[in-house]
Amino acid sequence: MMTRESLLNWAMIAALLIVPLAAWSLDEPFIITLATKAAILALAGVGLNIALGLGGLISLGHAAFFGIGGYAMGILAAHAQNYEPLFNWPFLFEGSNQMPLIWLVAVVLSALAALVIGALSLRTSGVYFIMITLAFGQMLYYFAISWSAYGGEDGLSIWVRNEFPGLNTLDPIQFFAIAYVILCLALFFAARLAASPFGLALAAARQNEDRVEAVGLTPFKLRLAAFVISGAITGLAGALFADLNRFVSPTMLSWHTSGEIMIFVILGGVGRLYGPVAGAALYILLEHLLGGISDYWQIFLGVLLLLIVLFARGGLIGAIAGREKAHG
Amino acid sequence: MTYILVLEQILNGLQLGVMLFLMAAGLTLVFGVMGLINLAHGSLYMVGAFAAAAVAGWTGSFLLALIASLAAAAAAGALMELVVIRRLYRRDHLDQVLATFALILIFSEGTRWLFGSFPLFLDVPAYLSGPVSLPGGIEYPLYRLTIILIGLAIAAGLFLLIAKTRIGIQIRAGEADREMIAALGVDISKLYTLVFALGAALAGLAGALVGAIQSVQVGMGEPVLILAFVVIVIGGIGSIKGALAGALLVGLTDTLGGVFLPQLFALFMEPASAASAGASLASMLIYILMAAILLVRPSGLYGGSA
Repeated sequence: MMTRESLLNWAMIAALLIVPLAAWSLDEPFIITLATKAAILALAGVGLNIALGLGGLISLGHAAFFGIGGYAMGILAAHAQNYEPLFNWPFLFEGSNQMPLIWLVAVVLSALAALVIGALSLRTSGVYFIMITLAFGQMLYYFAISWSAYGGEDGLSIWVRNEFPGLNTLDPIQFFAIAYVILCLALFFAARLAASPFGLALAAARQNEDRVEAVGLTPFKLRLAAFVISGAITGLAGALFADLNRFVSPTMLSWHTSGEIMIFVILGGVGRLYGPVAGAALYILLEHLLGGISDYWQIFLGVLLLLIVLFARGGLIGAIAGREKAHG
Repeated sequence: MTYILVLEQILNGLQLGVMLFLMAAGLTLVFGVMGLINLAHGSLYMVGAFAAAAVAGWTGSFLLALIASLAAAAAAGALMELVVIRRLYRRDHLDQVLATFALILIFSEGTRWLFGSFPLFLDVPAYLSGPVSLPGGIEYPLYRLTIILIGLAIAAGLFLLIAKTRIGIQIRAGEADREMIAALGVDISKLYTLVFALGAALAGLAGALVGAIQSVQVGMGEPVLILAFVVIVIGGIGSIKGALAGALLVGLTDTLGGVFLPQLFALFMEPASAASAGASLASMLIYILMAAILLVRPSGLYGGSA
C-alpha cells in the first residue's frame, strides 16, 4: 500500500526530474544547474543520513569526506590537464579526466578517511563523538589551507569539466542526468541497506546497545561499517560537487559545510530516506529566493532551522506525511 | 635558536592557553551542569569583541570596553538561555547541535548586518602597549603579559567560586544530581541561567582581549570554539581542572609546534619543503595530540565516565 510518505517521496523524485527537463525545453540552463546542485547536495545528505538517521551517529565532520572527494577530483583532473604525472612509481600515472575513475578514487579515499576517523571517534559516544568528528574535519581543513602544492587557501580550479564516456558533460542537462541517476542509485542502495540484516542490526544498536551486544553482535563494528559507507557516499557527492563548480577549495572541508549537510537531512526530516532530497531542494530554493531579497538570507535560514528543531521535529516530510518513520 | 626565543614562545603559548581556558571553562560548565553542547559559544566570544570595539570607539576607554564585553556577552548569553537554550535541556544532542548551529547563523549574519563585513579594530591602550623587561633579559609585550595574568587570575577566581561559595556548591551539586538539588529547594532554572551567563561573560571577555591583538570580525569565534572543543575533549567534559590543563597543553603545543616544527624539519630537508611540510604538520599537531590522548584515555585526562 502506498503511504502518504512514499507517495510524497515519488512526487519529490519526479519533481526533481521534471523541473530541469522543463527548464531544458525552455532553455533555462541556470535552473538546470540549480537542480543539479540540489541533486548532488541531496546525495551528500543521503550519505550522512546513513550514519545519522540509521546509525544515530551525530557526525559534525562529514565535510571531511565531502572535501576529500572534491580534492580527489581536483588533483586528478589538474594533473591530467597540465600533463604533469601524479606519480612515476610503481607505474606512470598522469591523473585522469574520466569521471568513473575519479569517482572510484574519491570513494576509496573518503572510505579510508572514514575508517580512520571512525575507528578513533567511535571509541567515544555522545557529545565527545560530536566534538571529535568536528575536530578531525577541522584538521583536514587546516591541512588543505597549508597544502600549497594544490592551491592552499585559494583552492584549485580546472578548466574543463571531466568526461564521462558517451556523454557531453558540459551540457547542463547531461551532467544533471549523471547526478540524478547517481542520486537515485544511492537512494535505492540506502533503502536496501536499511532493510537488510545489517541495517536492522544498526538501527537496533542505536535503539538499545545492550540487547544488540547480548545477541552476539558488536555495535562498534556495525557503526564503523555504517560510518565508512556514509563517508564514501558523501565523498562521491564531493567529487560531483567539485566537478559542477570546476573548482575545489578548503571551504568544502570547513565545518560550515558539515553543518549545512546536516541541515539538508534535518530540514527534510531525520531518519527519513528521502529527507535529504526534500531538505537539499528546500535549501537551494531558500538560497535562491531569499538570497535574491537579502544578502543576509542565512538569518532566515537560522530562524527556520531553529523553529523546525524546536517545534516541528519531523522536518518537511514529517509536516506533510505525519509522524510515521521511514525506518526506525 | 636561543633560550630567549624558546621562553618567548612558551609565553605566547601560555597566552593562547589562558584565552582558550576562558572559552572552554564556560563550555565545560554548561555541559557539566546542564548536559548541553553549545556551538553558539563562539558567537558570544564575537559579541564580546564587537561590544568592546564599539564602546572603545565611543568612549576611548579600554577598561569600559572590557566591562562592556562582559556585560554584553552575559546579557546575550542570558537572553539566549531564556529564549532558546532552556527548551533544549531535555532534548537529544542532535537537536542541541542544530539549534545552536542555527543560533550561529543568526548571530553571525545579524552582526554582519549591524556592523558590515569589514573588520573593526580595537587598540591596545597606551598604558599597556610596548614591551616589558622580564627577568632573564626577555623583552615581552606588556599587553600579552597582562592577558596571561588576567587569565590566570580568572582561573583562580573560578576555582574559588566553585570550591568555596554557595553558588559553587549548587553548581557541583547540579552536576551530580539535578533532580535532587531541585527537590532541595534550589531554583534550578535560575541557576542554569546564571551558569550560562557566567560562561558567556568569560567568552565575551576572551573575545575582547584577543580582539585587541587580532581584528574584530564576523566568524572570529569559530576557530576558537573548535580549539575549545579540542581542549575539552583532552581535559575531560565537565571538569574545570581538565579545561585548564587541556587549554595550556593545546596553547603550548600549537604555538611551539608552529614555530619549531619547520626548524626541526630544516635539519634534514631542504628549507622550502621543510617550511611547508613543517607548517602542514604543525596545523594538524593539536588534533594528533587529541587522537593520541583519546587512544589512551577515551574520556579525557580528568574525565569521569562520558
